[in-house]
Amino acid sequence: MIELKNISKTFKIARRNAGFGEAAKAFFHKEYEYVKALDNITFTIPEGEMVGYIGPNGAGKSCTIKIMSGILNPDGGTCVINGRTPWKDRINHAKEIGVVFGQRSQLWWDVPVVDSFELLKDIYKIDEKQYKQSFDELVSLLNLESIIKTPTRQLSLGQRMRCEIAASLLHNPKILFLDEPTIGLDAVSKIAVREFIKSINKNRKTTVILTTHDMQDIEALTKRIILIGKGKILLDSDLSTLKKQYTKHKIITVEYISGQPNLIDGLSVAENNKNRLVIAIDTSKISVSNAIAKLSESLDITDITVSSASAEEMVVSMYKELNI
Amino acid sequence: MKAYFTFFKIRFINGLQYRAAAYAGVATQFAWGFMTILMFSAFYKSNPENFPMTFENLTTYIWLQQSFLALFMAWFFDNEIFDSISSGNVAYELCRPTGLYEMWFVRSLSSRIYRVVLRCSPILIVAAFLPAPYGISLPVDIMAFFLFILSLALGSFLMVSINMLIYASTFYTISPMGIRILSVSIFELFSGAIIPLPFLPDNVHRIFNLLPFASTQNTPFLIYNGYLSGKSVFHALLLQIAWLFTFVLFGKLLFRDALKKVVVQGG
Repeated sequence: MIELKNISKTFKIARRNAGFGEAAKAFFHKEYEYVKALDNITFTIPEGEMVGYIGPNGAGKSCTIKIMSGILNPDGGTCVINGRTPWKDRINHAKEIGVVFGQRSQLWWDVPVVDSFELLKDIYKIDEKQYKQSFDELVSLLNLESIIKTPTRQLSLGQRMRCEIAASLLHNPKILFLDEPTIGLDAVSKIAVREFIKSINKNRKTTVILTTHDMQDIEALTKRIILIGKGKILLDSDLSTLKKQYTKHKIITVEYISGQPNLIDGLSVAENNKNRLVIAIDTSKISVSNAIAKLSESLDITDITVSSASAEEMVVSMYKELNI
Repeated sequence: MKAYFTFFKIRFINGLQYRAAAYAGVATQFAWGFMTILMFSAFYKSNPENFPMTFENLTTYIWLQQSFLALFMAWFFDNEIFDSISSGNVAYELCRPTGLYEMWFVRSLSSRIYRVVLRCSPILIVAAFLPAPYGISLPVDIMAFFLFILSLALGSFLMVSINMLIYASTFYTISPMGIRILSVSIFELFSGAIIPLPFLPDNVHRIFNLLPFASTQNTPFLIYNGYLSGKSVFHALLLQIAWLFTFVLFGKLLFRDALKKVVVQGG
């Protein structure tokens, strides 16, 4: 159970213009600016849920993760995670959470991955039996047998990221914070990581909070989305509801033998190749079935596919509409 | 507790890989030790009566200093700690169920100890076989030897606890360079790294003795060679303990304050 109430955090940032003169001036008198990174963040996440935490760069996603993992002290507000305030009881809190920062590494650089795991075993005081079980499960799920004995510095990014995720789960945490876990991964590794996160959430009932810019991650993993922009929570709802709300059109691809399309109001041609037509349907004006009916009147159709706009497009229109 | 021991172990294993550095270290310390001894022998030839300790005691001091250099070298810091603060990797270390101060203390201590383990024995063995006034002599008695070990341990803990303050300062200043250079210069003079403290003028010596720097390397070496004996040994040990306690306390408070204000750099 994660409960955040009115969490705020302000950073003091030194700013100056480019150039030597400005640098010299700043040497004597620094100008600071206060940036509100988080502004009254409030949300609740029940146990076992998987939540996508999204927002543009610099919105405050990582900052929230750091507060929830007990690294940063907020300026105000309360945060209670499994009955504890993370920054006040950091050490006990740390035993129950796992964190992956996609841009950083927690593995010992020069030694084989398995040595890092052993170290974590002692740091978290995991007993031998539980460690063995957890280790075997993670190694087989993430396909690590062949890389576990290699020094971290010789791993590719994708291999390393899989090891990073395994490292964060060795102590079987109740909550897993993933800060851009798929950053820079290829398609195969991304899918492997997603599948893994899904199965961990299902089998261990781990609460997962995921920040990412990859909307396919969100689509594949989460039902609930929290959108943050400029330090404020802008939306908190179901992915499907959001999709309905922010994607007011569907894409329909028609292959036909002959005929001229009858374009009524609400339909617009996105692409018109030889006998292949891509049409965007504005669902606020015309329903999908109506559109198909109208099209089949005028065309001799051989194939038809309906697809909704991707999460990617949804986010673009959301960012635009919310002006973030 | 076990976690800290494992930390120690992994650091140790990691360090054992750097053999070439250890060989080079041994060679340097030999050269340095001989040079210092030659210089002092020139002074001693002019008038041995004017010096606070015998030439044998002095050479013993110098060889001890060279063998245990890695425990007390003031310019040595764990760069990974500085990096993790200025790059923000400290975020991961703060996600662990261990105190950051304790974790880094053990880390710094172990990187000093593995260096000493690799380097001290060749120097001590060779120095033991050098002809009489130039080599290292045995401790005055068995008691002095045990007190030396105790004092050596206290001294190296104190050394690390002073380093911890410099690590902590990086949370505030981002770049550790300025304060590092300052601390190195203070240490070199005040700890007896350049010349043993008893060689300083009496009044200066008395003051320097009370400062924390003297409690690092000066005290254990002077216990070994018998310059300190009887009551003064216990006074010196008490002073070491007091300074250690003060610095650990101060360091912990500083870390607590720093972590409250910590800004994890870089996103």
